[in-house]
Amino acid sequence: MMVVDVIFYAFAAVTALAAFGVVSSRNQVHSVLFLILTFFSTAALFVLLQAEFLAALLVMVYMGAVAVLFLFVVMMLDMELSELKEQAINHLPLGLAVGAVILLELVVVLSHSHGHAVAAATVPNTLAIGRALFTQHLYPFELASLILLVALIGAVVLTLRERKKGAQRQNVPQQIARTRSEAVELVQRKPGEGA
Amino acid sequence: MTELNQLIQNQGLALLGPQWWPLVWTLVWTLIKIVLLITPVMILVSYYTLAERKVIGYMQVRHGPNRAGFWGILQPFADAIKLFTKETLIPFGAKRSVFFLAPALTLVPALLMWAVIPFTPELILADINVGILYVLAISSIGVYGVLMSGWSSNSRFAFLGSMRSAGQMISYEVSLGFTLIPVVLLSGSLSLKEIVTAQQEMWNIIPLLPMFVIYFISGLAETNRAPFDLPEAEAELVAGYFTDYSAMSFGLFFLGEYANMILICFLGSLMFLGGWLPPIGILSFIPGILWLAIKAGFLMFVFLWVRATFPRYRYDQLMRLGWKVFLPISLGWVFLTAVGVHLFGKA
Repeated sequence: MMVVDVIFYAFAAVTALAAFGVVSSRNQVHSVLFLILTFFSTAALFVLLQAEFLAALLVMVYMGAVAVLFLFVVMMLDMELSELKEQAINHLPLGLAVGAVILLELVVVLSHSHGHAVAAATVPNTLAIGRALFTQHLYPFELASLILLVALIGAVVLTLRERKKGAQRQNVPQQIARTRSEAVELVQRKPGEGA
Repeated sequence: MTELNQLIQNQGLALLGPQWWPLVWTLVWTLIKIVLLITPVMILVSYYTLAERKVIGYMQVRHGPNRAGFWGILQPFADAIKLFTKETLIPFGAKRSVFFLAPALTLVPALLMWAVIPFTPELILADINVGILYVLAISSIGVYGVLMSGWSSNSRFAFLGSMRSAGQMISYEVSLGFTLIPVVLLSGSLSLKEIVTAQQEMWNIIPLLPMFVIYFISGLAETNRAPFDLPEAEAELVAGYFTDYSAMSFGLFFLGEYANMILICFLGSLMFLGGWLPPIGILSFIPGILWLAIKAGFLMFVFLWVRATFPRYRYDQLMRLGWKVFLPISLGWVFLTAVGVHLFGKA
């Protein structure tokens, strides 16, 4: 029990400190890196709860995909932090509202929990999650995937554009099907006549 | 062995008391196991670099390194000493903390993944029941080493190289992940050990040959190897994201890359080639770990063979191959495998 406690407090401390780092660091790339550290240590806390499937998903989806996109955008955009700071006060009411809602949710969830969230050890929790998703929560699950599909198509539509006239395009089958006789022409020139 | 263990336990209890001893013992024992796993991996990595230079040398009708020791056998140590004793240069305007974190973030995930690799049914450091998800999750962390090194170096070459490399790694991670789903469907488990056990009657490569081919090619791209070694396209980007690294911080990138390559080979032999299982029952007198070594060794040789054979891909060709060829095929194969498993039951 002792070892688990030590590991829990270590990762909990890292999570809290990294979350503080996200909002307090002056460099926005550092903020994103702190955010990634927060994701990682949260995943470690999931492992301590024996929810290794959720932990792996958290690392794969949030660290492997979402945060990489954040990092890409933040690195590419040359944002002026002082300008953002001046506008930050405008977003304060909205931020406080979102924070209050999340706090309320946490209080409700914690007051209704039975104290031991650890899944029964008889069924592997991957199996348990799979069953719950595809039986009990089938409609919300399908709805979520539809929303994702809409987002996917939306992204494609946003980036779809007409090619400029005369722009060269790669046509792989055509390029591969080219033979030597089509591509090479041997000519014999007399000296002094030029090409 | 049990007497020795008893002696250690008694001495420890006497020294630290029942409150602290179990904690200390767990930590020390875990550390010992980690060292026993990592040391062979590191030796394998260093000798893989020698093997690469030798194999490619002979393929190009030359000898490769042959000065340090007999047949160049001490070359990895010479390289290591060179890297350790060189000066570590920090480029002007580099973000120091991120600059030195990046190589560590490349090497550490590469080593972390070895924790769940089963060498035999018993020889495995952490037998977790979502082994394959763990490998995929940890391998997705590797991209941060690339992005951070490119950003913190304060250099255009490194930044462009890191963008390119990160795009490549993310793209091929998708198709790599999709090639593993049919394997999981066939064996009905996410545990690497059970995936190998499920191949007792038929190796996964037989029903899933196209997936194995895509897995291997995606593995080449994922580890930034030739013919997909665009990140270090020396003709255009100097050396890609680690242009500004020197001495041991460069060495860490190098070690991480090679540890990743060897891991891809071991994972491929576990997922598709039956791991420690012999090809026919009669050959089961050869120990399982040797079978795994033979299979992984063959794949490792193919990695080098490919490098000596194929010219480099262009970046748009690389993206086209990943998204327009591999992704549809592997998605279709996932669907086919699912239908097959539903109709005929598990293999």
